Amino acid sequence: MSTADFPNSAAIAGVYEHPSRFSPDKTEFQIMAECAKGALDDAGLTRDDVDGLFGASMSMGMMGIVDLAEYLDVRPDYLDGTNIGGSSFVSHVTHAAAAIHAGLCSTALVLYGSTAASNAMAIGTGGTDGSKNPDSAFSAPYGMTTVGSYAMYANLHMSKYGTSSEQLAEIAVTMRRHAGLNPLAKMRTPITVDDVLESRLISRPLHLLDCCIISDGGGAVVVTSLERAKDLRTKPVHLLGCGEAVQHQGVGDSDLLTIAAKQSGQTAMEMAGIKHSDVDLAMVYDSFTITVLATLENLGFCEPGEGGEFVSNGGIGLGGPLPVNPDGGGLSSNHPGMRGIFLVIEAAKQLRGECGDRQVAGAEIAIAHGTGGTIGDKHSGATLVLGADR
Amino acid sequence: MSSITHPNPYASWETRGFWEGAGRDQLVLQKCNTCGLIQHRPRGVCAHCLDSSSLVHFVASGRGSIYSYTVTEQNQAKGFAEACPYTMAYVTLDEGPRLLTVIVDCEPDAVEIGMSVVADFVSQERDDDERFAIPVFRLA
Repeated sequence: MSTADFPNSAAIAGVYEHPSRFSPDKTEFQIMAECAKGALDDAGLTRDDVDGLFGASMSMGMMGIVDLAEYLDVRPDYLDGTNIGGSSFVSHVTHAAAAIHAGLCSTALVLYGSTAASNAMAIGTGGTDGSKNPDSAFSAPYGMTTVGSYAMYANLHMSKYGTSSEQLAEIAVTMRRHAGLNPLAKMRTPITVDDVLESRLISRPLHLLDCCIISDGGGAVVVTSLERAKDLRTKPVHLLGCGEAVQHQGVGDSDLLTIAAKQSGQTAMEMAGIKHSDVDLAMVYDSFTITVLATLENLGFCEPGEGGEFVSNGGIGLGGPLPVNPDGGGLSSNHPGMRGIFLVIEAAKQLRGECGDRQVAGAEIAIAHGTGGTIGDKHSGATLVLGADR
Repeated sequence: MSSITHPNPYASWETRGFWEGAGRDQLVLQKCNTCGLIQHRPRGVCAHCLDSSSLVHFVASGRGSIYSYTVTEQNQAKGFAEACPYTMAYVTLDEGPRLLTVIVDCEPDAVEIGMSVVADFVSQERDDDERFAIPVFRLA
């Protein structure tokens, strides 16, 4: 268990979400560069202030962070190209805060960009080539897909607790309702529970509308010391707690219903010294509807098995007891392959009170949890607790 | 719906015991004689002792029960696209470890969590001298 005290010394000083959802004329790095400018402008900083560079993407390979530094023509003192899947950028904020606290850098830029949609990537339903890949040697011969693994989690949850497809559909319906309040969201036309249940099955019990969309896009976050952030253009968002964790098959014996969020969430919330009732909104990685239910249970917002009831009847909608993903999430706003950075960006904007029609009134504490990889198989989890400036 | 054409598995020196065993119609697992751990997937060491000195292969019963499953309706991958819908499952073996597999020779709707299953082995056409097979399961 972490006993770090550094989060109270770091803050998010600037954020930017790329407005585009389809950018066939741009590259990943171009999107990242445009986002870097947006977040630095938001903070009132310039490229010259950046001495820590963090980033990951779907196609950055070994030394990808070095390639990114060259593209931006920056020579930072600190580099971190950690890629633990879609949660990477939530993790990068933690790593940046630690590096700043340790004096290794003072202003960190966290970047993501993707052209997943214009490249027509089959992210959830493409199999892997197992013929030369030790990592997928025991899954590729059996037709494992990303959505298939989440579907097995969902079936297990339904079998053990009686969770229903209608309850999962409520999550998709709520995300779409939120997206209707977000001018940038890709899918804004309202849907009903019946629409979800009548959409075609992809991997039973998950339907098309239980799955996130695929878009292009990107984002950037500027992390600096709280002291410095107080003097910058935009109100700082305080980093109160953070945690990381991993869950996997072990030696073939792990409880697949327990996901990484349980460990990382507990670490982050204990560090922040908060209770669940203190949290005003949750930004939760929603690759699939079941991801939200699994994450809320494992973060402890409800007991295992109570997630279905928790998400029903407006429980995670704006105006409800715990608004989740007011931006519409990956299910309706954007999901360019990896979504972690948008969890941080929306949480920060909400805590700055800038979200217009989708603003959570008086939001003071937000939790952001990213899942990377595949629930039901192996995945990482990264949690941040963020606070408004008061 | 046609049957799955399983991709050839990648077999390193540490995992080939599993695939070679399947080629003899045997479900082969690893056990550490120091700590007693039975592990899957196979590794070059006992994951707990971090040592290979007393790691052995043994032939498991090939029996287990369905931990969870999904009927895959969409998978663009070669060998699977034309086989949809097919039933993918985690099976908990009687020896303890869980493995990913497919359930064959039954209607997708017939599968339920907790059902007993037994291993079967699908041999592969290969352009080398290896004799591997893919362990699959059917309802017991």
